[in-house]
Amino acid sequence: VNRFLSFLPLAFFLLLTVYFALGLREDPSEIPSQLIDEPLPSFDLAPIEGLEQGLSNRDLIGQVSLLNVFGSWCPPCAIEHPMLMQISRSGQVPIYGIDWKDEPGAGARWLERHGNPYVRVGDDEAGTLAIDLGLTGAPETFLVDREGRVRYRHVGVITEADWRDTLQPMIEELQTR
Amino acid sequence: MIKYLTGLIVAALVTAASIAAPAPDERMEDAALEVRARGLYVQLRCVICQSQSIDESNAHLAVDMRAVVRTRLEAGDSDQEILDYMQARYGDYVLMMPPFQRNTLLLWLSPLLVLLLGGGFAVLYVRRQSGHTPESVDDEDEARVAALLDEEGQS
Repeated sequence: VNRFLSFLPLAFFLLLTVYFALGLREDPSEIPSQLIDEPLPSFDLAPIEGLEQGLSNRDLIGQVSLLNVFGSWCPPCAIEHPMLMQISRSGQVPIYGIDWKDEPGAGARWLERHGNPYVRVGDDEAGTLAIDLGLTGAPETFLVDREGRVRYRHVGVITEADWRDTLQPMIEELQTR
Repeated sequence: MIKYLTGLIVAALVTAASIAAPAPDERMEDAALEVRARGLYVQLRCVICQSQSIDESNAHLAVDMRAVVRTRLEAGDSDQEILDYMQARYGDYVLMMPPFQRNTLLLWLSPLLVLLLGGGFAVLYVRRQSGHTPESVDDEDEARVAALLDEEGQS
């Protein structure tokens, strides 16, 4: 028994090592969204300078849509942009945009330069809606169903593979309901 | 060496106290609300900077979260309502102090567990030690000790 007992601390140590080693594989910056299967918070954003229409949560009711948060100051957003343009051209799903914490006019200039994939864009200059959405960065994209409920959140750039393997199948599934 | 270390620790503490992030223009006019705001800042995690509260961080999101805290305070929310508000949006992670619930049970109870485990070992160890001593010293041993001490001339 004593022999066994003297190995207990070692065993305990090894157990912790395995536990922490597994923990290292997890990405601590990924916080699960609290909005999944919840309705979008209600909002009514002004248009960004240079565009006519703003964005309200009611605009997203009635069809499956993507809600994408971007900013002209955000380098990954520029990387993601061609993918959004491609999705928008395909006509499979409308994309709504939230211009997060941009200088007045910067968002509109950015869209002019890179093309505008959005049906409507709301201006969240103060960043209050971002907190309502539980946002941690840009770009971030929400998949919203017909009833205006969030079904999925994608953090970071939507790559070709993300679109093909995750978003597109989910969108098609939601659209057939 | 110790002086050097103490100096280092003091320096670390001083900088830690002075890096509180809220800018002067973030101060609330109502002093009582300001105190509550500061109390809430340290309880809320800056969700993009891992181990910092929004009181310590100047990340743009932390600045915005502080602004939301102030708006809600001015709207008359209680401290708990504001914590709940943030928790509803960012999950348990946003609270610097993890709530005591099912999935944090082990986290909260592990110190107690370690104490019991370590304490158990300590008790066992001490018992064994004290149990052995009287056994090992019998009359014969004592006689030998006395003889040896005599030899040394220091009984």
